[in-house]
Amino acid sequence: MSAFPLELGLNSFGDVPTDNGRTLSDAETVRLLIEEAKLAESVGLDIFSIGEHYREGFVDSAGAVILAGIATATSRIKLGTSVTVLSTNDPVRLYNEFSTLDALSNGRAQMVLGRASQTQSFPLFGYDLADYEELFEEKLELFMKLQRETPVTWSGTVRAPLVEQTLHPTMRPGGIPTWIGVGGSPNSVIRAARYGLPLMLAIIGGQPERFAGHVDLYFRALEQFGMPVQPVGQHALGLIADTDEEAAETWWTSWKPMIEMMGKERGFYAPTRERYELELATGALFVGSPETVAQKIALMTRTLRISRFDLKYDIMGLPRSARARTIELLGTVVAPRVREILAEETVNA
Amino acid sequence: MPDTTVGILGAGKVGTVLARLLLASGYRVLIAGSGAPSRIELIVDVLAPGAVAATAEVVARESDIVILALPLGKSLPLDGHASIPRDLLEGKLVIDAMNYWWEIDGIRDDLNDPRVSTSEIVRDSLPGARVVKAFNHMGYHDLDEGPQPSGTPGRKALGIAGDDDADVASVAALVDAVGFDAVIVGSLHDSISLQPGSPLFGANLDADAVRGAVDGFGATERGRVVAAARADESVVALP
Repeated sequence: MSAFPLELGLNSFGDVPTDNGRTLSDAETVRLLIEEAKLAESVGLDIFSIGEHYREGFVDSAGAVILAGIATATSRIKLGTSVTVLSTNDPVRLYNEFSTLDALSNGRAQMVLGRASQTQSFPLFGYDLADYEELFEEKLELFMKLQRETPVTWSGTVRAPLVEQTLHPTMRPGGIPTWIGVGGSPNSVIRAARYGLPLMLAIIGGQPERFAGHVDLYFRALEQFGMPVQPVGQHALGLIADTDEEAAETWWTSWKPMIEMMGKERGFYAPTRERYELELATGALFVGSPETVAQKIALMTRTLRISRFDLKYDIMGLPRSARARTIELLGTVVAPRVREILAEETVNA
Repeated sequence: MPDTTVGILGAGKVGTVLARLLLASGYRVLIAGSGAPSRIELIVDVLAPGAVAATAEVVARESDIVILALPLGKSLPLDGHASIPRDLLEGKLVIDAMNYWWEIDGIRDDLNDPRVSTSEIVRDSLPGARVVKAFNHMGYHDLDEGPQPSGTPGRKALGIAGDDDADVASVAALVDAVGFDAVIVGSLHDSISLQPGSPLFGANLDADAVRGAVDGFGATERGRVVAAARADESVVALP
């Protein structure tokens, strides 16, 4: 189990929902995110995070702007990114956006840096996907330098050099919480440890327990680099409804066309219903009644030693009422239930 | 078989899973990442304990069978700067577990040609190597979770392909030893039915279902594209 207190959060990719069968406009969806974040705060959730995508059906291309809107409408909930595609962003621009967000929200800004599972930003901003690793490595170095030192002198290949540069508004000392998102690459785990940054496991298929080795690797690597212990988080997809059956059916209706679309783009065949049922039972989808989801999250705190769990609650075409219900149930039923299970385990241990 | 040394080039998601499977089946495993062995020592120690981190050269030289589990684009770089020790693979049995995955490799039209399978391109880049395609079409998490003893009902299967019957038989035995049924799909030219875009890609099926998917490939959208491109080519190739 983790030494850090458990945090439960939401991830949104700005998926466009439906409302009584009508598809919301992009602008309506952007405004809905503010309402959903307010709801998340009102039911006691700890974190609300926005992704970064550039395609039809997703409105999260300017996450910092949405988070700024949420910042002024909330007072307590932490504001982060599900994943910021560092490789195709300018670290200086990111610093400016997130130091401004941190100021605006009175110290509630945080981020996850990674690659994301969607890659449209590469051609859009003129980057070559094949350069992904080099871009990420160099930009991470600069971004962490900007957060940890001031003024900064830096030169490299990915942007203009900086000489004795101080950026404003300045960030809080040491910078904002910056997590590294990984999808299974052992090298990415090592990289997070090398920088002493917390680790976010993006687990979107298969048995999450498979990542236990990555968590071991992460803690061993932190030790090897002489870094203090850091928290581990998990990003997962899911939906919570009053019953397992309702959750499974509602999610399937939106997930199936989504995964078919992804499969077509990437060259894999969409999972069968049988496979879906397996993902629900023992796999990566957190779809079910509050009790089912709470038990599964509690299991993750044991097997993966996570102290942060982020549920990606929106999926293209999902009714907005189902999204709202997920947020409510996660905050009011699942969160206290998970804490109760963990407390019982602590007593029994 | 326990005396067999299997080398893996690539210490990422797929390489580390294959290392675990092979170790569990009693093979000696050497594994190399993209840099010095010290860079992957911890990864190997934690994710595939018992495997030995080595340079790509040592892996190629000292292994009886070498598995290519690195990004395809890195094994076939556009600048010709080979990241695998090609000379040392001459005469070796080489298993190509790689796929063209544009999100990693970038857009590479040369690797997405319906007329040639990527394993044929790999074969042509490794003169003298005995290339067999295997372990490419099943997701690495399914590979990780899927091994079962031979004869288990519903045991999952992997399609394999190669140009030499004896080499294909060797790889079939290896696939069986690590916990999967092997279904022989045909030659390397035919291995396009194991690539992204085919019904088998990403599939986690038993042997009958894999055979069914191979037989049905021609009737799929991708199968028709492949057949049409290859028919055109044979016309062009006529004098």
